[in-house]
Amino acid sequence: MTILQIIFLLTAFLTLLAALRVVTSPSMVHAALWLILALAGVAVVFILLNATFLAVVQVAVYIDAIAIMIIIVVMLTRGAVRGQGHTVSKTWWAAALSALVMLTGLLVMLLQAPVRGALPPTLPLDQEAFLERLGQALVDVNQYILPFEVASVLLVAAMVGAIIVAWPLFVRRGEEER
Amino acid sequence: MLEPWIFVALLLGVGMLLPGVAIAANWLLSPKKPNAIKQSTYECGIETVGETYVQLKGAYYIYALIFVVFDIEAVFLFPWAVAYDKLQLYMVLEAVLFIVILAAGLAYAWRKGVLEWV
Amino acid sequence: MDSFWIDPFSFIGSQLAAWLTGLGLAENWVSLILQLVGALALGTAVLILTFLLIWAERKIVARIQDRLGPNRVGPYGIFQTVADLLKLVTKELITPEGADLLPYNLAPLLAVMSVVGLWAVIPMAPTLLGADIHVGVLYIVSVGSIGTLGILLAGLSSNNKYALLGAFRTVALMISYAVPMALALLVPVLLAGSMSMQEIVLAQKGLPFLLLAPVAALIFFVSSIAEVGRAPFDLLEAESEIVAGFHIEYSGLKFGMFFVAEFLHAFTISALTAVLFMGGWRGPWAEQYTALGFLYFLVKTSLVYFVVIWIRGSFPRIRIDQMNALNWKLITPVALAGLVVTAVAEKVALELGAPRLLTHLAGNALLIFAAAAGLGAYARAARRRSELLAKASKAEAPAG
Repeated sequence: MTILQIIFLLTAFLTLLAALRVVTSPSMVHAALWLILALAGVAVVFILLNATFLAVVQVAVYIDAIAIMIIIVVMLTRGAVRGQGHTVSKTWWAAALSALVMLTGLLVMLLQAPVRGALPPTLPLDQEAFLERLGQALVDVNQYILPFEVASVLLVAAMVGAIIVAWPLFVRRGEEER
Repeated sequence: MLEPWIFVALLLGVGMLLPGVAIAANWLLSPKKPNAIKQSTYECGIETVGETYVQLKGAYYIYALIFVVFDIEAVFLFPWAVAYDKLQLYMVLEAVLFIVILAAGLAYAWRKGVLEWV
Repeated sequence: MDSFWIDPFSFIGSQLAAWLTGLGLAENWVSLILQLVGALALGTAVLILTFLLIWAERKIVARIQDRLGPNRVGPYGIFQTVADLLKLVTKELITPEGADLLPYNLAPLLAVMSVVGLWAVIPMAPTLLGADIHVGVLYIVSVGSIGTLGILLAGLSSNNKYALLGAFRTVALMISYAVPMALALLVPVLLAGSMSMQEIVLAQKGLPFLLLAPVAALIFFVSSIAEVGRAPFDLLEAESEIVAGFHIEYSGLKFGMFFVAEFLHAFTISALTAVLFMGGWRGPWAEQYTALGFLYFLVKTSLVYFVVIWIRGSFPRIRIDQMNALNWKLITPVALAGLVVTAVAEKVALELGAPRLLTHLAGNALLIFAAAAGLGAYARAARRRSELLAKASKAEAPAG
């Protein structure tokens, strides 16, 4: 067992534990905090796979932006801290059954794939060249320029949609002041 | 390949350990006399009324959302900036288009008046 | 083997490595122990530096306010901070009832960890760098925001309405100002062609980026001050405002850790500004004599830190709605425009063969002119609106 494998197993165990606590916490705020731990675990796994750019992107976008937004949205609702009561629904057996079916399907697919050995495949060691190629690919007319521009349109659409959805919050506040 | 990250992990660990040691020293050296009044919630000397829970304004959500959008935009622009030296002018203009579209989104939010704090 | 005077850092490193290998340890363990020693030294040095920083700030702010500042404890009051620390250490740690214990105790540790972690990527000399990772600039953005998370945890777990409100306002402010900071950070990456901090310093050969992109440097500086939460943006920890913000329920050294984190963060962003925009350790003979490089780095960082303290002592506090308006209506659009201007100017200068510095300065001057014109138009519109309101209320008053 190499050091890398030990670190990976530890991180994976922590991430799974945090993910479990996300769905079983009675308090939504606690669930959001466990989510942050799970996302940090994923970032560590990215580093172990030599995908350092993705690891920092994971921390910068998921933990710093999206997790904070989730906590703010959770606080916008009522009953966030105290909890809504029992979190298990009546039809839990159906959910468990479908999860089991999906797990079996995934295991069958993974076991049939060619096994590469104990170590994960590594990206080209020259990270600088990799980043440069990624940057060039994003604006190259033959490669990813269209998804690049469409991504910006998508982000603006998300912003506009969220403003329209949150509009009543502002209108109501304006009326209250009058 | 992972060597610099080991240092990062060690420094982050040291960054958590040193304050932890300092706070432990504080805990050892401090008097411990818990008292119902000392431990009650602080509100400038007035008694607390109601639950310690506030409902936030919509403005917090809008700021968080716009931050998410611009954070993702910055993340998209970082590889482009790294590859800048090897790009031609039209490629730079494509990224400028990307930025302009997002600036238009910000201008929409401004006109809609959701950037006010009140 | 380099001599001690030419390159003290590599010299000490290689001596230590030779001694450890002489003890019979394997290669991996030697490098691991060296890195552990380095991390401990860096973390301790940076935290002990905070004593000096707090003292310097108190003296300088006092002089700006025409008084002396601490001058009793030790020569010129240097040991004042040590005395304060000793006092804080013996304070009782009062935990409020109903507080969430794990986030409550974790928050100060996270705040300090995020600031200390930033020092891993700051190049202090040609051979003195903690970790030369390829994504250094993005690492700064991400680790810097872990401090925001610490503040959020502190507010959420304190079981106190005002701590909650203060924490959310602080977090809203910090994430708002993180946008122009990230956009301004793109400019040195653009000009240097790499995200590694050492590469950015190396690319400032002959021309610091401060001259090539003054607008971006200014925006990074201002939004970093807002991120740290120092005056004039320190509304959220002002005692006359929201009690004490998110750290109401913290006592003793737990509060002390938030305090230390804030001062250290101010020094860290001074170091970042010096490295990214002023050339870091660059200076005459810095490559041959690395200790000189370290000296240049310290001088530049102290200069920027002095400006930070100067700003603190000179400006009044800004209201929170003014802070947000300033960010979203002025600083972010200017940051976006600055990025566009620098990107286009660099390529245009390259293709047309125009002198690089002049093109950039012209572009930035145009940008500043446009921003000033925009501000003037905004101010005129606001004044017209308030005049209309005054006229309307005056028209109502005699009638009513």
